[in-house]
Amino acid sequence: MRKLYRAGPLHLLVHAAAFAVAGYALAQILSSRFVENFVIWFVGAALLHDLVLVPLYSAADWLARRELGPPAINHVRVPALLSGLLLLVYFPLIFVKADRTYVNATGHHVEGDARNWLLLTAGFFLASGLVYLARLIRHRSLRARRPPAR
Amino acid sequence: MKRPPGPFRPGFWRSPLRGPWLTSVLGSLLLPLLLIVGATGFLSHTAYQPDLGHNAILDPTHDFQPFIFSWPTSPSWLYALNQGLHVNVGIVAVPLLLAKLWSVIPRLFAWPPVKSPAMAVERASLLLLVGGALFEFATGILNIQVYYPWHFSFLQAHYYGAWVFLAALFAHVTVKTPVIVRAFRERGVTRPLRQRLRDTAAEPYEPDGLAPADPADPTLSRRGLLGLVGAGSLTLLAVTAGETIGGPLRRVALLAPRGRVFGTGPNDFQVNKTARTAGIPPGSTGDSWRLALDAPQPLSFTREQLLRLPQHTYDLPIACVEGWTTMQRWTGVRLADLAEMAGAPPGMLMRVESLQPRGAFRQVTLNHDQSHDPRSLLALKVNGVDLSLDHGYPARLIVPALPGVHNTKWVKAIRFVEA
Repeated sequence: MRKLYRAGPLHLLVHAAAFAVAGYALAQILSSRFVENFVIWFVGAALLHDLVLVPLYSAADWLARRELGPPAINHVRVPALLSGLLLLVYFPLIFVKADRTYVNATGHHVEGDARNWLLLTAGFFLASGLVYLARLIRHRSLRARRPPAR
Repeated sequence: MKRPPGPFRPGFWRSPLRGPWLTSVLGSLLLPLLLIVGATGFLSHTAYQPDLGHNAILDPTHDFQPFIFSWPTSPSWLYALNQGLHVNVGIVAVPLLLAKLWSVIPRLFAWPPVKSPAMAVERASLLLLVGGALFEFATGILNIQVYYPWHFSFLQAHYYGAWVFLAALFAHVTVKTPVIVRAFRERGVTRPLRQRLRDTAAEPYEPDGLAPADPADPTLSRRGLLGLVGAGSLTLLAVTAGETIGGPLRRVALLAPRGRVFGTGPNDFQVNKTARTAGIPPGSTGDSWRLALDAPQPLSFTREQLLRLPQHTYDLPIACVEGWTTMQRWTGVRLADLAEMAGAPPGMLMRVESLQPRGAFRQVTLNHDQSHDPRSLLALKVNGVDLSLDHGYPARLIVPALPGVHNTKWVKAIRFVEA
């Protein structure tokens, strides 16, 4: 077993069980008309994350690292990441992707989410910049108080 | 076969933070959140009581429903808590999930892609795991924003997608537990968190492992990375949780789909599906409206007659599957009183029907506890005034701990059916 399969029997057993359950669930969906669409979304979600989202944010981080070192870079990373996370989760509201269904459900139009996201983003960058400024001032005053090196 | 360039080369991935310890920490933090989201998801399926009447949305003849039990009515905020956890914990888990996937991304480009049957099996299950996780998160998050850019049924896909994901997660956790134990034994559970930026060194390189072959200089400590993930989770929670918890938090729920306050009037709370969307015929809610009690002694009531019956008032939440909750003061006739007047034999279930002509939620069948709880009302008023049309005028159901859409609006008939 170990020689041929290159893992213990438990490895094979739990994976067989997982494939059985997954196969059953897929069979349930097979009875629906939109199984292809389901599979496209299922596999597409993984591909979109691994081959689009990760390279995009990695490239952005690589560019930032070329220009900035620690600690300055983290004062860009933190607000950019917080803003990016909010956009990733709430882009349908921010870009008003589903106003018709929203009106049908709530009786009101989607409103204010883009503004709120922009204000939050501005707030994150402002706060991060102020903390960076405070760090710089503290650093300078510490250096000024230290006796000059001989 | 020659190793392709770029991400397939071990020297390509240079972050000094990647390694078995980091992935173990991220996985160990993520797992309990996923278990909460999974458990509350299945509990919500139960709360819709798909074993009764026409409640089932998924075809019950070939649907696998192993966990169905009689959903209780106490505490009245049970479903609000369940869905609050399902949605908010799911959203809080997003940064952790992304960080966990970031920490293992070099393994996607392992070369050769398959070295052994065991690795082939594991990689196939990882497609189910990663695809399942991202599918469940994406469909859930888009559903709470009523955005449906797909053709499949959300409910069916989200339910069976969960089975695929949780099955793959079970296999993954089983085979990775020894790896996690080893990483924690070798490096300590929290010891690497004490390192400052300048002491942050890469974990030892192993071929086909997670740690980098050629680590770059650190720009962030490990605790800095975990802090970043935590800040992401807290920010998402802060802009969302107010639509579940209410109170002052509602004011900072800046991006929550149902976080807005529309006014201070008694009927100004959140609506799920307007009368117009539900297709309520314009004349059907006026003076000609009657409530039909279809029972051994069929009865019919005008709204005036219902208002002359004993009225009861309770503070009860409407809790939506999408995670938002609104607590209001409802006044109306007890369902139990109506059942008694109709002479419904004990053991019969109550089915409530709406004027709504189409749609899965135009009717509901209640379990025995739900129709006999003293707080279960055919509500006529809310916060001391008549219900507005969008909140179900002339009369709506309000039952403690019942999923929001099962509190049928624009009620036209109550029937008693065999269990």
